[in-house]
Amino acid sequence: MRNEREFPHGKSGQGVGARLPRKEDDRLMRGRGQYVGDVRLAGLQDVAFVRSPLAHARIRGIHVPERHRGSVFTAADLEGIKPIRAVSGLPGFKISEQPVLATGKVRQVGELVAMCLAPTRAEAEDIAASVTLDLEELPAVYDMLKAREPGSALVHEHWGDNVFLETNYEVDISAALDAPIKLTREISTARQCMSPLEGRGVVATFDRRLDQLTLHSAAQMPHITRSGLAECLGMEEGQIRVISPDVGGGFGHKGILLPEEVCLSWLTMRCGHPVRWIEDRREHLVASSNCREHHYRITVYADRDGTLRGIDCEATVDSGAYSSYPFSACLEAAQVASILPGPYKMPAYRCRTFSVATNKCPILPYRGVARTGVCFALELMLDLVAAEAGLEPGEVRLRNLVRPEQMPFDNITRKHFDSGDYPEAMRRALVAIDIDAIRAKQKQGEADGRRLGVGVSIYCEQAAHGTSVYSGWGIPMVPGHEQASARLTPDGGLELRVGVHSHGQGMETTLAQVAHEILGIDVAKIRIILGDTAMTPYSTGTWGSRSMVMAGGAVATACRELGERARRIGAKLLQHEAASVVLQNGEVRGVNGSVTLKAIAHTWYRRPQDLPADVDPGGLEVTQGYKPVRDSGTFSYAAHAALVAVDPDIGEVEILDYVIVEDGGVLVNPLVVDGQIYGGLAQGIGTALYEEMPFDASGQPLATTLADYLLPGPTEVPAARLDHMETPSPYTQFGVKGIGEGGAIAPPAAIANAVNDALRPLGVELMQSPITPHRVVAAVLAARRAERSAA
Amino acid sequence: MKPAPFAYERPRDLTAALSMLAASNGSAKIIAGGQSLGPMLNLRLVQPELIVDISGLAELKRAEISGGELVLGALVTHADIEDGRAADVTRGAMRGVAANIAYRAVRNRGTIGGSLSHADPAADWISALAALGARVTLRSLAGTRTMPVETFVVGALESALHTGEIVEAVHVPARSASAHWGYAKSCRKTGEFAHAIGAVLIDPAAASARIVIGAIDTTPIVITDAAELFGGRITADYKQRFDLRVADALLSRAGIDDAAQRHIHVSVLRRAVQVAAA
Repeated sequence: MRNEREFPHGKSGQGVGARLPRKEDDRLMRGRGQYVGDVRLAGLQDVAFVRSPLAHARIRGIHVPERHRGSVFTAADLEGIKPIRAVSGLPGFKISEQPVLATGKVRQVGELVAMCLAPTRAEAEDIAASVTLDLEELPAVYDMLKAREPGSALVHEHWGDNVFLETNYEVDISAALDAPIKLTREISTARQCMSPLEGRGVVATFDRRLDQLTLHSAAQMPHITRSGLAECLGMEEGQIRVISPDVGGGFGHKGILLPEEVCLSWLTMRCGHPVRWIEDRREHLVASSNCREHHYRITVYADRDGTLRGIDCEATVDSGAYSSYPFSACLEAAQVASILPGPYKMPAYRCRTFSVATNKCPILPYRGVARTGVCFALELMLDLVAAEAGLEPGEVRLRNLVRPEQMPFDNITRKHFDSGDYPEAMRRALVAIDIDAIRAKQKQGEADGRRLGVGVSIYCEQAAHGTSVYSGWGIPMVPGHEQASARLTPDGGLELRVGVHSHGQGMETTLAQVAHEILGIDVAKIRIILGDTAMTPYSTGTWGSRSMVMAGGAVATACRELGERARRIGAKLLQHEAASVVLQNGEVRGVNGSVTLKAIAHTWYRRPQDLPADVDPGGLEVTQGYKPVRDSGTFSYAAHAALVAVDPDIGEVEILDYVIVEDGGVLVNPLVVDGQIYGGLAQGIGTALYEEMPFDASGQPLATTLADYLLPGPTEVPAARLDHMETPSPYTQFGVKGIGEGGAIAPPAAIANAVNDALRPLGVELMQSPITPHRVVAAVLAARRAERSAA
Repeated sequence: MKPAPFAYERPRDLTAALSMLAASNGSAKIIAGGQSLGPMLNLRLVQPELIVDISGLAELKRAEISGGELVLGALVTHADIEDGRAADVTRGAMRGVAANIAYRAVRNRGTIGGSLSHADPAADWISALAALGARVTLRSLAGTRTMPVETFVVGALESALHTGEIVEAVHVPARSASAHWGYAKSCRKTGEFAHAIGAVLIDPAAASARIVIGAIDTTPIVITDAAELFGGRITADYKQRFDLRVADALLSRAGIDDAAQRHIHVSVLRRAVQVAAA
């Protein structure tokens, strides 16, 4: 299955819809990218951090050997530096203050305690190893459910409990209580580390002439990083320039302000030369940021024909020790309440959520944010409804999904679905995986003793949600109009400046395609400038699958205005009335001839004497802002179907086939979208089968190297079959929707459903990710024991 | 993740290497392929004063058949065996094991002597070579001694090596024409250390078998008198006679309390028996 649709525009094959190879790959795939680790500055020295070895302790003393005084800095040195504060305006939210170097207490393993400076990283690590900490260990808060109970140790004593935020949402749950099917389960997803290929990294330097701090940082949201830095450092924003060069994967991990960024900014100003810190893999695993740890106590009510009557849920998210900037500690859990019902119709709903503080790394929104957990919980429950009602799982979905004729659709939590045909995606996935053939084969059994199982899942992905959605959260960042600058160069090339960033999304290609669609300029002559606060318009950056909708819309808007100005100049050069010429394929055309954008640019810059007297003095450089017609977000979606073989004695799960039917609205570049989906799928498989950061009762993270924290590799990710549907969004430029995260949302649910389908005849039900061999075998043995004792 | 400072020597012959080890008084570590020691140094889990790099010692790179057995120098790499560059007396058994050790990049550098010396219970060679009945020769300035692989590995990451001693060679007996070989392991993903290994050398004609259950938390369970696992005697129908309960009891006796873990080990061993019988 492959999308071979006609390109709607651009016979050149470069515009919106073109399956164009990525321009940036010439550099990135040859190892010629330039990442933070590649930045070389004269006089650069390296930093290594002394980090807390304990999850929770009072600091009684930090002892620095005499010979290293002057190379080691602690909180006592950071005079005037403020802690990181990421508040939320939601009522009842409790504020955490994250000191950039620990003061008084440490609240997680890996928390920064001291900063060590040396000519090389190895020497800096030697110094760090020589520093000794005198810590008084306190009981660790390591289990989010126990942390909610009275009498638990407290992460932030003055709160009186460990709950950042509790939320409650209800629509008439009493209407569901008489449903004939009522199923209650506990479902959980493991804590994960995001593990981009490139970790975080910071190179900081100060330019005395410009009176400006320059921070090179692997960051998704450089403008937000600048605001956060200015607040912590007490500097004017104009004194700070954040440059985020090539970035090797973000996924949310690079969306937050790091204490390391604040520390190195302070340090370069203190010591007068550039300083660098590059996150190593152990720091990433134990000390950086985590994601995904959700727990659900969920009840689903349904009729015997599979019709959903309601959902009642209590969701808990382990938010870690501190609220991270700018998303806050409550985005994840509080979002669960609003997104749990997803694309399903139901008359009754209740959800209570808890964002719980523990002695762990802060939790960050990871690709899919709360949706992966929500999809896991709901889709596993729908399979139980199907089993209880004696229906095919696909049938239960088709019965309850919003139908295309109901679009636009406001669901029970008032999420506004812009467009789409969800049942069609599910039907196509069922046909593609060939559900009937699988059912027939299951009856025969596998010759090798393994059991076949098939699972489906479906979700919606709200993307590019804007002011109206985020103003309600009251967090440090609210997206408004997205801006883009477009400038024709004297030789007829195009420069585009955008405040979003590209860390694998291919935006140097796709934004050029958007500009090409409007102006007809060859994409090879279009340069995209991003990742630098000094060179780009303000933006909240790249997160929430927003960049194609928002920056793409802004580029289109700016290019239209630029084209209009060029058209008017062109009309004069052609000695036509402006109304009688059009811009087409990079030329302004009238009845008697045409003039190229290149010639128009040449005239504006190099032969202004030829310009008409009443020319627009704004010239060929335009900055325009953009918002979709509605800013409640685009809703893309996909149906996933997985076929697995499970060895019930060894616990191995093999994915035999995987199908994704995706609708991301109009696709600017289907090739790039395929890449996004494959990458997301790999991460979703990680969540389903491999990735887990366990903690012991003292709050120690136990998977401290990649030998213990398992990531899927090429042999673990099957060649998925993709099918695209294209239902345009009525609210955006070209009808595009955001699709960056979807690939990572549905696989854990589809794979778990498939494993449960395989093992259901044995009485096995797995409700926890990842599905490890040990969990499979333990469940099989438990089911056998239960059967024996029942017999 | 940078190592603590250490001194580095790359001796030109074995005697020089042994002298350095003797002089270091236990504060030296030997590096060959560096596939285990490298990460441990970077994580500062080991902080030796001296690294003795033996990768230049030609006398440890030999692989030859002598007196009906294969003698592999400690520096023979997994890839040498996988690719058939080293001689073989196991009728492909060792090649098959080598080909599935970690990733090719690890196999290119990792050595058989290094793998044994590291004594990771989850590594392939300590289980496979124990099943094949291999012996290890250790050398120090005082001389040499030889012992079975299963005696050489004394615990997790613990070997019988004394200070100043080095694994010189591995001696693998020829696999008889009637002996069946089965090797199975379960890994969370391709290239990871196994969490269960079963290695079996079964010779129904001789009514004998060597059975190894590996990748447990300590030294592999090596059963040289394996009749009990097959209902009292080893005959041509051993696959049908394989007794899961006996294997399970062995694992219980080895201190594995977790029933699911035992079940996985037993099932992997059964797979190895099935491979041998196939």
